[in-house]
Amino acid sequence: MEVNAEARRILAVSISKLYASRTQRGGLRLHRSLLLSLVMRSARDIYHSSREIEAQLADAEPMEAGSCSWDQWSLPSLRQREPESARQSRKRRGKVSAAPDFLPSKRARLEPGEERYAAMLGSCRAGAVESLTALSLNRVIPAF
Amino acid sequence: MAGPGGDMQWCFSQVKGAIDDDVAEADIISTVEFNHTGELLATGDKGGRVVIFQQEIENKSQPQFRSEYNVYSTFQSHEPEFDYLKSLEIEEKINKIRWLPQKNAAQFLLSTNDKTIKLWKISERDKRPEGYNLKEEDGRYKDPNTITSLRVPVLIPMDLMVEASPRRVFANAHTYHINSISVNSDEETYLSADDLRINLWNLEITDRSFNIVDIKPANMEELTEVITAAEFHPHQCNTFVYSSSKGTIRLCDMRASALCDKHSKLFEEPEDPSNRSFFSEIISSISDVKFSHNGRYMMTRDYLSVKIWDLNMENRPVETHQVHEYLRSKLCSLYENDCIFDKFECCWNGNDSVVMTGSYNNFFRMFDRGQRRDVTLEASRENSKPMQVLKPRKVCAGGKRKKDEISVDSLDFNKKILHTAWHPQDNIIAVATTNNLYIFQDKVN
Repeated sequence: MEVNAEARRILAVSISKLYASRTQRGGLRLHRSLLLSLVMRSARDIYHSSREIEAQLADAEPMEAGSCSWDQWSLPSLRQREPESARQSRKRRGKVSAAPDFLPSKRARLEPGEERYAAMLGSCRAGAVESLTALSLNRVIPAF
Repeated sequence: MAGPGGDMQWCFSQVKGAIDDDVAEADIISTVEFNHTGELLATGDKGGRVVIFQQEIENKSQPQFRSEYNVYSTFQSHEPEFDYLKSLEIEEKINKIRWLPQKNAAQFLLSTNDKTIKLWKISERDKRPEGYNLKEEDGRYKDPNTITSLRVPVLIPMDLMVEASPRRVFANAHTYHINSISVNSDEETYLSADDLRINLWNLEITDRSFNIVDIKPANMEELTEVITAAEFHPHQCNTFVYSSSKGTIRLCDMRASALCDKHSKLFEEPEDPSNRSFFSEIISSISDVKFSHNGRYMMTRDYLSVKIWDLNMENRPVETHQVHEYLRSKLCSLYENDCIFDKFECCWNGNDSVVMTGSYNNFFRMFDRGQRRDVTLEASRENSKPMQVLKPRKVCAGGKRKKDEISVDSLDFNKKILHTAWHPQDNIIAVATTNNLYIFQDKVN
């Protein structure tokens, strides 16, 4: 579905922006990073929701090839799907954040982000958006 | 064609800056501000420099040609610094300049980069002392044995020299990037705002400031909004407002408590669900907030519109002006090329009847509140003959493009006008393109 592809594209673009913002003069900008993380979160939610709809439609009847322009996609129609995907994502987040317990609690800045951004970029290029959603987008902001 | 403000016709007056298309990054103008009389016009750039222009005395022989602004002083306000603890470079870009009301012969302004605010004194020197007893004219000390008489040094005229000296440096009070400074009407204090905190300073004291707003959550993962702009009320020294990335404005009263985390008023317009899109959050972020001169209204700028709020009505603005609604369908592309993050400023004219803001393609927009008219004008070298009247421009959103209209796809998104200023009393405006400063004035009939 086109929206699916759009969501992945937006995610890829967002991640490259996040990665690029690390090297710009003046350091990470909190406002910009916050807006990027909001976009990424929405893209991730829409990606999940559209995949669920896809799956459900595939079960029900053959899907029509419809063209949906990204900007015309209305979020309210997807909101009913959100609780399930959100619950799922929350579960995954919990698992991931439990993982690095063995690491010291005080980390140098940017290190957690560095690993994650590299992981995000790599997985995005490979097309495996699922691994993206497994990583908590909330980790973007605590880098400050 | 009559424009906003009755029969106002905007004419080109001057343009400052290099002509080449190859723009040096240091020359990019980052702030523009008239002083309280309009006699001085200050600009700050990405290279940390401040250039002040002064309006010359009116040319009596050509009454239709209002006086010009010429360079008065240039100085390096901020230098690039390095934060060794965080391994971060601190940019020297001047984020904001604010003038202090004049109290004596000297002029004072506050300039700030991301981390440090400085108070500069700009003074004129047109006399120098001559006839020292112990020194020669070139400064060398005389042999005491040759001095046989005593005289009083006299002041003799010299060519005007304008000196800028840093009088105060207000440093180390902001963890995040400073986005606003605002001088209080009490002329003793000022505020500085970064993404999460607002500090109150006394102009005389540099080693202490009071934190008056702190929206940093205990857990940064819970961060949902940041402060984007802040300003003191023009007359009430206890009142200030700050805008957020969520499109809300909070008005705070410093008499209520020392920490103004609880707002006195919250200005927020409910979102139009039909306009909801993936980028709604980004475009609702407020980039600038400005009180009207009379203190009754305030204006906010978000990505696509300018809103005017009555301070007595919190639930919606009294006016909404669309700056470039034709961009709403292009938000995805504007996100990819980063333009959606551009922070446009806005300004009021002297009597609060007209508001102005910038757009792309070196266009800027004026909205006449009384006459409910708006106009789009362009700052370009092509329209820069002396006193050339600016022709209104029109953007064709879709369908058939009429003659003289420009289509949305032809707009140059690298040519953006983020900073504009209006003379406090006259119809003279300063409009900053990337590296040029245009001055336009109303054609005096």
